[in-house]
Amino acid sequence: MTDLVQKEHLNFYQDKQGHKGIWAWLLSTDHKRIGLMYLYSIMIFFLVAVTLGFLMRLELIKPGKQFMEPETYNKLFTLHGVIMIFLFIIPGIPAIFGNFVLPLVLGAKDVAFPRLNLFSYYLYVLGALFALSTLVIGDGAADTGWTFYAPYSVKTGTNVSLSVLAAFILGFSSILTGLNFLTTIHRMRAPGMTWFKMPLFAWSTYATAWIQVLATPIIGITLLMIIAERFFGIGLFDPALGGDPVLYQHLFWIYSHPAVYIMILPGMGIISEIIPVFSRRRIYGYNAIAYSSLAIAFIGYFVWGHHMFTSGMSGPARIVFSLLTFLVAIPSAIKVFNWIATMYKGAIDLQPPMLFAMGFIFLFTIGGLTGLVLGALATDIHLHDTYFVVAHFHFVMFGGTGFAFIAALHYWFPKIYGKMYNIRRATTAFWIMITGFMLLYFPMFIAGFRGMPRRYYNLLPRFQIENFISTVGSWILITGLLLMIINLFIGARKGKKADKNPWKGLTLEWQTDSPPSLENFDEIPTVKEAPYNYKS
Amino acid sequence: MTLHRDDEASKMGMWIFLFTELLLFGGLFLVYSIYRYKNPQAFAHAGEELNVLIGTINTVVLITSSLTVALSITAIQKNKPKLAIGLIWLTIVFALVFMVNKYFEWGAKIEHGLFPGQEHYNTIEPGEKLFFFLYYFMTGLHGLHVLVGSVLLLFVITRIRQGRVTYDNFVFHENGGLYWHLVDLIWIFLFPLFYLIK
Ligand code: HEM
Repeated sequence: MTDLVQKEHLNFYQDKQGHKGIWAWLLSTDHKRIGLMYLYSIMIFFLVAVTLGFLMRLELIKPGKQFMEPETYNKLFTLHGVIMIFLFIIPGIPAIFGNFVLPLVLGAKDVAFPRLNLFSYYLYVLGALFALSTLVIGDGAADTGWTFYAPYSVKTGTNVSLSVLAAFILGFSSILTGLNFLTTIHRMRAPGMTWFKMPLFAWSTYATAWIQVLATPIIGITLLMIIAERFFGIGLFDPALGGDPVLYQHLFWIYSHPAVYIMILPGMGIISEIIPVFSRRRIYGYNAIAYSSLAIAFIGYFVWGHHMFTSGMSGPARIVFSLLTFLVAIPSAIKVFNWIATMYKGAIDLQPPMLFAMGFIFLFTIGGLTGLVLGALATDIHLHDTYFVVAHFHFVMFGGTGFAFIAALHYWFPKIYGKMYNIRRATTAFWIMITGFMLLYFPMFIAGFRGMPRRYYNLLPRFQIENFISTVGSWILITGLLLMIINLFIGARKGKKADKNPWKGLTLEWQTDSPPSLENFDEIPTVKEAPYNYKS
Repeated sequence: MTLHRDDEASKMGMWIFLFTELLLFGGLFLVYSIYRYKNPQAFAHAGEELNVLIGTINTVVLITSSLTVALSITAIQKNKPKLAIGLIWLTIVFALVFMVNKYFEWGAKIEHGLFPGQEHYNTIEPGEKLFFFLYYFMTGLHGLHVLVGSVLLLFVITRIRQGRVTYDNFVFHENGGLYWHLVDLIWIFLFPLFYLIK
């Protein structure tokens, strides 16, 4: 009897389900443990890729060769891109917070297929090991850029096959995660939680999961074709042999552009959770935000062509793709307006999650608007493959999704660990980071606008000022990042005990203990009200 | 952790997975149609090398196997596990027949030197090369799915034996069947594309 009572009050760290030591993690099918395993793995890869970015920036501090060979630089930006895209930003929010938080916000005990979930994690690890092993095996890391454009990717002597295989496995992992979440959201919502009483994070995870499931297979098959090409040399994408390299680009972007929305949608979901909580106001335009997630997912399928404006596409095709690209900006803008409208006249509380969320809005808006500059045909001809693009995608991916990710870390941290980090240090880290961020990436817009091409290890003297500022910015940004990580690390180990609901959130995850018990809720909650019902 | 059972969820998961499989092949169908459009003559010419008879036999074999798998599900629903197991074995035998045919078919092509890298292959037109590459790639990937499907069906048999798949708990069996129908369905598209269109 006492045994039973005790078990009730174990949190999920203490409840080892009969496993010993490390096995309690490695064999666990608990969505919270799997989420944390993702968190730790992904953070490690992220730091590796940040180091690579740091080294590249160092090389570009002034004109001339500093300390790396051109080939080395090519390998670095490829690996940096591959890790950041396939190991950090695509799996990041869904795999970590989707796993940890999604069942909690839905009021469920776990995801629909817990064992499949663990399997996806191991696929992720396997893919990651493949990607990193290219560094040490054979002829070294791929030097094609993360896009593996054919025919170069078929001809280069570097380890493309292994990198491509890694991306394939990671894609498979991503599909299974998406499948799991779709089913979870359809089948496991708490009683009373109708679709339109579902928190917006769940909505955005839902839209994301559809993209994961429907777009990823295309890249899977494309990557398999690249591997087959490398072994048999048929010339599928080689014009000399009757193949069509632009077809490869089409296939690649049929996946990879929707994948951009895999990256950003979950981030938007997080922002939609945080803004109402720290403004103490009901979210403005709940339905508009929910529907715009679906709209982004849907339109996102039809814009891939804008990556090929300069690679030979018919005029009408280019115009259609350009138009569609503009259309996709509408639902994104709807969200931004809704967030701002929510904050208007709210009682804004500038806690770290809110700061990062506002950082997101600021940086993402810059990234999004410059995206329109690239989406317009005439300007893109000039800006294609310049540093303008590099700045644009760092603003949306790092300033957007990356900041949303960090906001989520700070927001759900007390739920995950049951402890609180140092608020002042987190705030300082934010200001250092955003300063470093602007210094690092904003000059790239200018350099790109003035014609500096991307993917070169060297620069012309006339771009010297921009690049110097940018490199210094990278130091500041990385300092901020490290401060933030150290702060969270200390918080997780020695932080003050946190309340069940420190931010006074109204969604279900805040009703259970911190950290939650193995089954999340003592009793599955029943939902009566719409989320975010702040009386104001 | 209390294991909860939700057949609807399992089936939904399977259907979504089947979608991804369709899209996987969809990418290949896209490549096929584009290259067919660009090299109509070479494709038609290369297509004549394929043996329509073996292809037809294999189509019949696969469709019949879909029938047996469907019957096995009905059998388990009517609480006749022995019959169900027998029907699944029959399905697997059909799968083997299919693969053996495939083996002879590929073998004959390779004997003619029509595999990438072989001498005869190196002399044919680029368009025909693309055709043969797609032929090996698509039917090969499909063959892989036949094997995976068979293994899945073996699991179904084991579970019936263990009493984990029964007349009131057969969603695993159903999912195995669904997968098998997918394998069949893809073949029904591959067959005309490679063997019949001239
Ligand atoms: C401190 C952080 C970072 C630094 C210093 C950094 C720096 C750089 C540099 C110097 C390049 C090469 C530009 C070129 O030569 O064309 C680059 C490329 C890239 N970065 Fe970052 N980056 C950072 C963070 C991120 C993050 C968080 C992401 C994604 C989420 C990211 C994604 C990419 C991608 C996709 C490329 C393109 C690679 C390619 O051209 O194939 N980076 N980054």
